[in-house]
Amino acid sequence: MLRDVSLDVPAGSTLAVLGRNGAGKSTLLRILATLLRPHAGDVRLFGEALPRRGFAVRGRLGLLAHDPLLYRDLSGRENLGYHARLHGVGSERVEELLEAVGMGGRADEPVRLLSRGMVQRLAVCRAVLHDPSLLLLDEPLANLDPAATDLVAPLIGRACGATRVLTSHDPQAALAEADLVLGLEGGRAAFVTSPDQVDPAAVKRLYA
Amino acid sequence: MRTALTVLRKDLLLELRGLETLPAMILFAIVTFVIFHFGLNRDTIDGQLAAGVLTVTLLFAAMLGINRLFVAEREQGGFDAFLLAPVDRSALLVAKATALFLFLVVLEVIAVPAFGLLLLGPSLGPALPGLIAVLALGDVALAVIGTLVSAIAVQTRARDLIGPIIGLPLLLPALIGMARGAGPLLVAHGSSTPPGRWVAILALYDVVFALLSYAVFDFLLED
Repeated sequence: MLRDVSLDVPAGSTLAVLGRNGAGKSTLLRILATLLRPHAGDVRLFGEALPRRGFAVRGRLGLLAHDPLLYRDLSGRENLGYHARLHGVGSERVEELLEAVGMGGRADEPVRLLSRGMVQRLAVCRAVLHDPSLLLLDEPLANLDPAATDLVAPLIGRACGATRVLTSHDPQAALAEADLVLGLEGGRAAFVTSPDQVDPAAVKRLYA
Repeated sequence: MRTALTVLRKDLLLELRGLETLPAMILFAIVTFVIFHFGLNRDTIDGQLAAGVLTVTLLFAAMLGINRLFVAEREQGGFDAFLLAPVDRSALLVAKATALFLFLVVLEVIAVPAFGLLLLGPSLGPALPGLIAVLALGDVALAVIGTLVSAIAVQTRARDLIGPIIGLPLLLPALIGMARGAGPLLVAHGSSTPPGRWVAILALYDVVFALLSYAVFDFLLED
């Protein structure tokens, strides 16, 4: 449950959402992804009011959640092809992304046979397939080794140019990426500030 | 339409890979005919009794397919993936109903001849054209209502219970229409065309529930 969370995220910037398990980080991302309807309050993405105008923003956002949103009996290529067709994206983009994350050689194997790191790489591809303006990243580097992290960085890192909302269990890594920081505690905003003004004690209390 | 075809293609591919739904439906139907063969203690049946046995068996086999229709979406994030796409959400209804309709057609291609061999007294040949028409109209009702019910049930914990509880009452009129439409066909020297009244009732039921499903489906997908 989220209460009294209020903030503006400028285009092209990165908002890091910090908080322990159950603080409401994933709930916030699902509301922004138009997958959850808030009971009260206003949510606006790209100036459009949610959920009423959700259809106007869906093509412009990409979600990388805990669940990779991939069918286990389909291959990586088939999964991305499916999502590409849903988003009106050509197959050449699928091939481009598979090569970019180093999955070209394993793209025809069923997802259920791939390691968690490989599945996460495919999930990254799925999230950025349609070149979204807003990336919602829930623990984006989970299950990725350093080499894989380097491969996905151009797609979901600061350099990708998209507005990003990311959650992480590593506060220091999140703060290093952020232009704005939201601390969530028990579903409420404990603080909203820039990374250089974050009180370390406040961050410590979030995870206590 | 393109979105519906994309989802349909994915569903058919998943079924071909996993073979979880269709074999279960077919096996259930065949086994049920065998059980009826022994349970009724008759070598053959005809007329309204035969129509009842056939349509009830197909209905319960359809419930197996209905219960599994959205399982992949629920368990593997397919709902979220679809809801994130900038597409008409009713395309999911069209795709799923079409998939279920195709499963029912394949089921009947195998089950109806098996029924003819195991239970039916009169020859199936003369009745086939009329029977195909009745079953096709009934399959539309099963597919549309089944998709609606499955979308409701999959979001609950007692999915296998809720599906039949909600679905069977809604499907009862279609069952009656199919049985009454097929009964006169399955007698020796019987009619080769089904009764027009029951064909009309089935067709009307299909149209009403297709429109109703189209109207409410979007709301079922919202969290």
